[in-house]
Amino acid sequence: MSVGQRLWRAVPSSIKEDDKRLIIALLAGTYLLYAVSQVYLALMNNADVFPAVANSLQNLTFLIAVYAIMALALNLHWGYTGLFNIGIAGFMAVGVYSMSILAAPPGGSPPGFGLPVPIALIGALVITAIVGGIAALPALQLEADYLAIVTVGLSEIIRLVLNADYFSGTVTDPQSNSYNVVNLFGFKFGTGGGQGINTPTSSPASYLYGPSGDPNAIGELAYGIGVSLGVNNSVVNGFTYGMFLLLFVVTAYYVLLVRIGNSPFGRVLKAIREDELVAQSLGKDTRWVKIKVFMVGCALMGLGGILWQGSFGFVNPNTFRPIVTFYIFTALIVGGSGSNTGSVVGGAVFAAFLFEGPRQLARVVEAAMGGLLITVSGPGASLPSPNNFYVAFSTLDPLGWLGYTIGNISSLRFILLGVVLVYMMQNRSEGLLGHRKEIAASVDLSERKGNVAPTDGGETNE
Amino acid sequence: MEIAERYSAGKRVLVEHPAVALLGAVLLYLLSDLILKTANVSIAPWGVHLIGGQLPVSNLGRFVLDGLIVGLVVGLAGVGLSMTYGILNFANFAHGDYITTGAFAGWLTAYIIGFLTLPVDPPFGDIFLFAESSLVSVVNAPVAIVLGLVASGLGTVGVVLLLDRWVYRPMRDKGGIPLLIASIGVALALRYAIVFVFGTSASGVTSTSDIPQFEIPLGDGRIPLDLHEITLIVAAIALMFGVHFLLQRTKLGKAMRAMADNKDLAQVTGIPTERIIRATWIIGGGLAGVAGFLIVLERGVISFNMGWRLLLLIFAGVILGGIGSVYGAMAGGIIIGIASRVSLVWIPSDFARVAAFTVMILVLLYRPEGLFGGVKTA
Amino acid sequence: MNTDTAGSPEAKGPDELPDIEDSDVEKAAQETPRGLPLRVLNLEKRFGGITAVDGVSFEVEEGSLTGLIGPNGAGKSTTFNCITGVHEADGGRVLFKGDDITGRKPYEIADRGLVRTFQIARELEEMTVLENLMLAPRGQIGEKLYRSVTPGLRGEVIEQETEIREEVWETLEFFEIDHLAEEYAGNLSGGQRKLLELARALMVDPDVLLLDEPFAGVNPSLEAKLLEQIHTLREEGYTFLLVEHDIDLIMENCEHIIVMHQGKLLAEGPPEEIRNNDRVIDAYLGEDI
Ligand SMILES: Nc1ncnc2c1ncn2[C@@H]1O[C@H](COP(=O)(O)OP(=O)(O)OP(=O)(O)O)[C@@H](O)[C@H]1O
Ligand SMILES: [Mg+2]
Repeated sequence: MSVGQRLWRAVPSSIKEDDKRLIIALLAGTYLLYAVSQVYLALMNNADVFPAVANSLQNLTFLIAVYAIMALALNLHWGYTGLFNIGIAGFMAVGVYSMSILAAPPGGSPPGFGLPVPIALIGALVITAIVGGIAALPALQLEADYLAIVTVGLSEIIRLVLNADYFSGTVTDPQSNSYNVVNLFGFKFGTGGGQGINTPTSSPASYLYGPSGDPNAIGELAYGIGVSLGVNNSVVNGFTYGMFLLLFVVTAYYVLLVRIGNSPFGRVLKAIREDELVAQSLGKDTRWVKIKVFMVGCALMGLGGILWQGSFGFVNPNTFRPIVTFYIFTALIVGGSGSNTGSVVGGAVFAAFLFEGPRQLARVVEAAMGGLLITVSGPGASLPSPNNFYVAFSTLDPLGWLGYTIGNISSLRFILLGVVLVYMMQNRSEGLLGHRKEIAASVDLSERKGNVAPTDGGETNE
Repeated sequence: MEIAERYSAGKRVLVEHPAVALLGAVLLYLLSDLILKTANVSIAPWGVHLIGGQLPVSNLGRFVLDGLIVGLVVGLAGVGLSMTYGILNFANFAHGDYITTGAFAGWLTAYIIGFLTLPVDPPFGDIFLFAESSLVSVVNAPVAIVLGLVASGLGTVGVVLLLDRWVYRPMRDKGGIPLLIASIGVALALRYAIVFVFGTSASGVTSTSDIPQFEIPLGDGRIPLDLHEITLIVAAIALMFGVHFLLQRTKLGKAMRAMADNKDLAQVTGIPTERIIRATWIIGGGLAGVAGFLIVLERGVISFNMGWRLLLLIFAGVILGGIGSVYGAMAGGIIIGIASRVSLVWIPSDFARVAAFTVMILVLLYRPEGLFGGVKTA
Repeated sequence: MNTDTAGSPEAKGPDELPDIEDSDVEKAAQETPRGLPLRVLNLEKRFGGITAVDGVSFEVEEGSLTGLIGPNGAGKSTTFNCITGVHEADGGRVLFKGDDITGRKPYEIADRGLVRTFQIARELEEMTVLENLMLAPRGQIGEKLYRSVTPGLRGEVIEQETEIREEVWETLEFFEIDHLAEEYAGNLSGGQRKLLELARALMVDPDVLLLDEPFAGVNPSLEAKLLEQIHTLREEGYTFLLVEHDIDLIMENCEHIIVMHQGKLLAEGPPEEIRNNDRVIDAYLGEDI
C-alpha cells in the first residue's frame, strides 16, 4: 500500500483536486501503459504495431466505459442511498431483453413486437424502471444484508426465467406440442430461452457510419483513415463506439448523477444511507424516495446493460450471472462508493488493471520470457505450456509453473479480485476516492452571500 | 368460542396481511390438489379444470425422496450458514464454496485411497485431476468413501479456520456489510483456486455400475433407491443427530445455541468469545464440507461451481427456518428440498429453483423470523 | 436503519392493538380543541414484559415550555418515541393540534410540525455539519427528483438553497459551531453533536419541539444561551416539551412540569407544586428538589 500511497502523493495536487483532470490523467496514464505494452508485444510477435495498439485500446476503451457506466449507476443505490442491491445483473438483463423483445420482428423466432429501436429502447427503460420499483418494495422494510439476499435472488429468478424453455418462443408452430410462444393479450413473444436472443443492434457504429457494406460519407472517411493506418473496419467501429460511450454516455451519467447527488434530493438519499430514522424524524418521506431511487438506478442499469451486453447483436441469459454484479461492485468499491468521480475512476481501474490487466501482464510476461529463452537457448525455445496443474507442478520446472500460471491467468484473475475485495474491506473500505467530500447541495455551501463579515471563517479552511 | 376466536384471527390476517392470506390460500389449494391428484380425482365442472387430476403415488414418492436427498444436503450445509449468520451477524456468501472445498478435499482423498487399494493402474496425474472417471463406489471401496467423508470435513475445517484467521477475524468489529462483501471475495478466491488446480470441467467420480439398487413398493409403482442415496440419507441424518447431541449435551453447544438463537442475548453479552466463534466455524465448515462430499456421492459428478449453485437454496432454507436457528436450518433445508422437487407436479423443471427463491423472498418479506419463529428451539 | 428503535415489528397479541373502544379516550380526543398543540391520552407501550409507558395522559399548552422529568427508566424517551411515531403505541392516543396522529409514520408527524431530538444524538455521520443542517428544512422543492435534474427548473432550487444556506450559517453561528461547518458530523464531540442535533431540529422550523436531554454534555455558558434562545422562540409562539435530568434547570425555566415514574404519570403542575409534592419527593428519594 505504501507504494500506492507514494504514487498518490507523487500526483500533483492540481490534478488531484480537479475531478476532470484526475479522470483524464488516469485515463491518459492507462492508455500510455497499454500502448507501450502493446508496442512491445507487437514487436516481439512481429505484428504490425499500429493496428495492434489500436485494437487493444479500443477494447480497453469499451471496458472502461461500460464499467464506469455501471459503477455510476450502482453508486446511486449503494454509494448514495446505502441500498445494497446485488441484483444488478438481473436489471441489466431486464433492460437488454426488454429491448430485444420489443424490437424483434413479429414473425421471427422468437417473435417480438417489431417496434423501432428508439421506441424499444425507451420501452425497455420504462420496463426496467417498473421492475426496479417492484424490487424496491423489499427495500422499504429490510435491512441491508436481507436486501442483498433478496436482490441476488431476484436477479437469479430473472435469469432462470429467461433461460427457461417455457417462455422461449423458439417453437412457433401452434400445433406443436412444444409450442412455447408467450401470448400476452394477443401479443406474441418469446425470450429465446437458453439459446439466447438477437439484440437489435450488432454494430452500434453503423448509426453513424451507415451499414457496413455500404457506408455513408462519414463512414467512408473513417474507414478510409483506418485503412491508411492499417486498421480494419471492425476496429474503427469498436473505437467509435467505445469513444461514444466514454465521451458521451459516461459524461451524461456523470452529469446526471452529480446533479442528483448534489441536490436536496441527494441530501435525503445520503441521510437515508446514514440513518433513515433521522431522515424520517426530519419529515422526509424516505419510503417514496427509496422507490424513486430504485426506479431511476435500475433504469440506468438497464440502459447500461443495453449499451454494453446489448451491443454485440446477441445475448443469452448466462451473460447475466451474479459474477457480473460482483465485477461492478468491485469497480465501485475500488473507486470509492459514495463518490461519482470515484465511480468513474473505479470503473477505469477495474477494467484496466483488474479485469484486463492480468491478461495483458500475462501476455507481456509470456513474450518477454519467450524472448529471453530464445536468447538463452537459441531459436525455437519457448515457454512450456503444461495442459494441467498436475503436469505443471510435478515436473518441478519453474518454467512449467510459470507457463501454467500464464495459461490460467483467467482463474488467477478471479483470485486477485477476491483478494482485492477482502483487502479493500479490511484496510480501505472508502476506496481510492471515497474519502472525498462530494457535498450534497446544489450551491457551494461554504460560500455565503456575505452580508455577515467573514470574521470566523466559513471560508474553506482546508 | 374457540372457533370464533380462530375465525377472527383468520380475518385479521386477511385484513392486515393480504399477501400472507393469499399465500396461505395458494398453499391450501396446492395441498388439496396434490391429495386429489394422488387419489386420481379430478374436479372439472362444466369442463373447466378446477382441481385434481392424476399423479401416481409412486411418482410423488420419487419427488419427495429426491427432494429429501437435496434437502438433507441443503439442511446440513445450512447449519453452518445459519450459525455464522446468527453469531457473527453476517451473510456468508463463501459458504457455498466451503461445500465445494469439502467435495474436492474428500473426493481427492477417496480417489487416492481408491488408487492405492483398487486393482487399477492409471497415471497418478489422472487420479489427482479426476481424469480417471467413475473410480470409486460404496461397494468397491468403502474405506475410500469413509475416509473421503472424514477428509471432506477435516479439510474444510482447516480451510475455513485459515480463512477466519486471515479474513474475518481482523474484521470482527466491522458491520455485516463489509463482512458480506469480504465473503464474496473469499468465495471468488476459493472457487477459482480450485479451478486453478482442477480446471472448470465437471468430472464423473462415482462408479454406479455395481452398486445395489433397491425398489420400495409404493401405491401402484415402485421407487428406485440406490446404495449411494441410502448412504447419503443415513450419513446426513446421523450427522444431524450428532449436531443435536452436541448442542444439547455439551456446554459449548449450549453457549453456541444461546448465541445463535438469541441475537439480543448475543448483544448483551457482547462480542462472542473467540472460542465460540472457532467452534462455530468448525461445526459449520465441517458440515458444509461433508454435505459437499455427500451430494457428489449421490450425483456422481464433481465440479467447481457446485457449492455456489447450491448457495441460494441454502439461504432459502436458512431463511425459511429462521436465521440463527440450527434446527430451523435443517428443517428449512429439508422443506426447501422437498418443495422444490414436489413443485415439479405443477411447474416445468426450469422453474423449480425460481419457486424456491420466490418462497425465500416472500418469507423474508412477510415472516423474516422464519416459519418456526417464536417457537423457541429449547 | 437501527433496528431496536426504528419501527421494528413488535410481537403484538390480539388484545394489544390500539384500544379504540375506550369511550373516555375517544370522547376526550374529540373534545380536544384544535389550538392545543399536543395532547397525549392514556398512552401505553410495552416491551415484552416491561410496561415502559403505562397509561400516561398530559397536555402541552401552546407557547409553553413544559418540562418532563422522571428518574432513569421512567419512560420519558419511550413517550417521545410513541408520540413521534418511532414506536407504535400499544394503546392510547396522541393528538397534535387536534388531529389524531396515533400510529402515523415519523415523517408525517415531523412534516406536520412536531419534531424531536434524540437523547443519544443521532448524527448523519458521513455528512458534514452543513449538510446535516441543510437537510432539515421542510418544503424544499429540490427534494423532488425532477426539479433537481431538469435544467430549466433548477434555478428555483438553487434560489431556495441559497436562502437556506444563509439560515444555516446563521444557525451555525448562533450555536457557535460555525468553525465545524465543513467537518463530518461523525468527527464531532458528544457535546457538539447535541448542539448539532438541536440546531437541526430548529432548522425544520416546527411548531412543537420535543427535546430529549438537549443539554447533556453542553458547556454551561452555551447552555444558558440555548435556554435564552428557547425562551425567545417560545415568545414567538413555539412550543417546547423538554426532558432534562437537571431538576433545577427545569424548575427555573418551565412553567409546567410533568413527572413520570415507572411508566406512570406521577404528578403534574407548576414548579412550586411539584417541588412540594410528596410522591415526587419519594420517587426522587434522596435527591434535593
Ligand atoms: N427498544 C426498547 N426495547 C426494550 N425495552 C426498552 C426499549 N426502549 C426502552 N425500553 C425500556 O423501557 C423503559 C423506559 O425507558 P426510557 O428510555 O423510556 O426511560 P427514560 O425515562 O428515557 O430514562 P433515561 O432518563 O435513562 O433516559 C426502560 O425500562 C427501558 O429499559
Ligand atoms: Mg431517556
